[in-house]
Amino acid sequence: MITRASLIFLGALAAILMSFTALAVLPAAQLATIEPTPGTEEYYGPTRRGREVYVREGCVYCHSQQVRPPDFGADIERGWGQRGSLPGDYVYDYPHVMGTMRTGPDLHDIASRQPSADWHHAHLYNPRSVSPGSVMAPYPWLYRVVEVRGDGPDNAVPLPPEYAPGEGFAVIPTEEAEDLFAYLMTLKLEAVDTPASDAAGATE
Amino acid sequence: MDPVHGVWRDGVAPTNVATWRRDVDRHVRTPVVAFTLTAVFWLLVGTTFALIASFKFQYPDWMGETAAMTFGRVRPAHLNTMIWGWISPAGVAIAVWLWGRLLKTEVRHVWALNVSWVLWNIGVTVGTVGILAGYSQGIEWVEMPLAAFVFLVPALLLVAYSLLSTLRHRRVAHLYISVWYIGASLLWTPVLIVAILLPIYSGVPHATANWWFAHNILGLWLTPIGLGAAYYLIPKVVGRPIYSYHLSYLGFWTLALFYNWAGVHHLVGGPPPQWVVTVSIVFSVMMIIPVIIVGLNHHMTAFPRIKRVIWSPTLRFVVFGAVSYTVVSLQGAMQALRFWQEVTHFTHYTIAHSHIGVYAFVTMIAYGALYYLLPRVTGWEWKSKRLISLHFWTTAVGISLYIVGLTAGGVLQGFLMNNPDVPFMEIVETMKPFLWSRSIAGVLMTVGHLAFAYLVWEIVRKKGERPPGPVFFRQPPAGVYRMMTGADPDTGDGSAAHPVPAP
Repeated sequence: MITRASLIFLGALAAILMSFTALAVLPAAQLATIEPTPGTEEYYGPTRRGREVYVREGCVYCHSQQVRPPDFGADIERGWGQRGSLPGDYVYDYPHVMGTMRTGPDLHDIASRQPSADWHHAHLYNPRSVSPGSVMAPYPWLYRVVEVRGDGPDNAVPLPPEYAPGEGFAVIPTEEAEDLFAYLMTLKLEAVDTPASDAAGATE
Repeated sequence: MDPVHGVWRDGVAPTNVATWRRDVDRHVRTPVVAFTLTAVFWLLVGTTFALIASFKFQYPDWMGETAAMTFGRVRPAHLNTMIWGWISPAGVAIAVWLWGRLLKTEVRHVWALNVSWVLWNIGVTVGTVGILAGYSQGIEWVEMPLAAFVFLVPALLLVAYSLLSTLRHRRVAHLYISVWYIGASLLWTPVLIVAILLPIYSGVPHATANWWFAHNILGLWLTPIGLGAAYYLIPKVVGRPIYSYHLSYLGFWTLALFYNWAGVHHLVGGPPPQWVVTVSIVFSVMMIIPVIIVGLNHHMTAFPRIKRVIWSPTLRFVVFGAVSYTVVSLQGAMQALRFWQEVTHFTHYTIAHSHIGVYAFVTMIAYGALYYLLPRVTGWEWKSKRLISLHFWTTAVGISLYIVGLTAGGVLQGFLMNNPDVPFMEIVETMKPFLWSRSIAGVLMTVGHLAFAYLVWEIVRKKGERPPGPVFFRQPPAGVYRMMTGADPDTGDGSAAHPVPAP
């Protein structure tokens, strides 16, 4: 016998299965065969490990990776990318790190506007060394302070004196910092054939 | 079955109403007290993470050398301890207690609840340490490593097992609306968690599944428990039936059908297929229907006797929470629209919004419910009405300051961000005073949490002399006092229903 109680709860279960199908399963099926956009490549060694550092340190809580299309916000006018982000930009991303917060700027095209390794390493070691007033967290555990012998290490991070470790010492990136930089350099939005104005509707 | 509320299914009512209530309450004492105690412990842990995360915006280099204390780890640790350590177990304690009350029978399989409590706390510990140690899954609201969910999912299923099998022994002919909400949430939540952990997504679909999940943890897990508690407590304390019982059915079904489609509005303007986003916006706006219905029902029940918030701690917290539900949901329905999201998405506004939901609504109702049920479960009274008052005012003023500060700051942030002539660092500078207001609000709320933790500890410990009578903020006028403590001893606050049995 179907009781009133089981009717209520079966109905409730059916409701959630419907939305799960629509919001999770259908988009996955629709985008299953999508082509990666030009420049979007599978992660390998350093970029894969660098992405793991990005996830581990929670960069996503302050930086989005989704450039809004033209006529929606001012992302493109701000120089955050030449086009809006497309589903094909993300095909190799697990977990996704699109983010919902911009305490800091969007990073989906960071490699285009800031390709300097020196800048990124100084910024990650202490953001205020290159960006006064920044509220970003420092990541000194991705770096090592070493004693300078002779000319000093080739990969020393150039720092202004007030952030440098002091006379006779230099800051050098660990492998994790190099990997993170390698990952950041994969974040680049290249032009696609589709006119940018269609970007938002490309998968309609 | 007889649809009239309160009719005993087997036709035999116990001779003494207070006796069955006491039996049913005391039967779940162990799991209710255990879940409450660790919930309050995690509330304090989550509060500590919240303060650390917030003050890092004023002092970004504070603890800057310690990887485990970096913002990007402490923030998800805060969210997860609050959601899985504090409000979920507090919700379980409330749900378990309500279940016996509403089915008028002892909750079955209490052992399952006790085992669940152990698994639950192992899960949250593993999850929190995991995030801090760098093993986050990196998915918002699902940060805890898989190892944590290995404990949490069985813990949830054990609660569902105990409560749903109690259903078969119910002694009432009619299922009160709170049973619908809580029962459904116990089915929804394991489905949600298992669904998001399936390794079938990447890229954009992973994001849509992520926000389907995250929004539903609030909408289909915390909200039903909060609403279920309010539906029980408001009529109890004001001593009148629900304004319209028929509306409550409609409210339930519209919530069940609409809410779970709303989550992808978190990706408005992003790369998902437009139809998915549009569907979510439509359902978000449709949420106006259940919200108005529930609001009407709660407010029209409480309003004629609203003066009781002067005396009753339970009613004051619950009414604060119920009003917040109306506010947060109407706001949510409007802000899903594209023109609104264009400004507020990616800003502190969203953080304010989520705190209206999880704190001003669900957490405040949970406080109110615990003030009502703990005396009845423990057979002891609250130690100090001044501390309850301190708890209320610090949390109420604190969360209000939090919401006003971050909402105003977030809207400003959004407008500045959409103006390409404003350099980004100027926006960062502009936000600093608003982020200060959040830290101050956080300190206020922390004071309240400490007062609450002390009160809970004292009522569980039951040391010293039993504090007298039900605790009201002020002594109600004689007539109201009799009504709240006399005719139906279960109405009102404190444990007047259970006078200390003669030795």
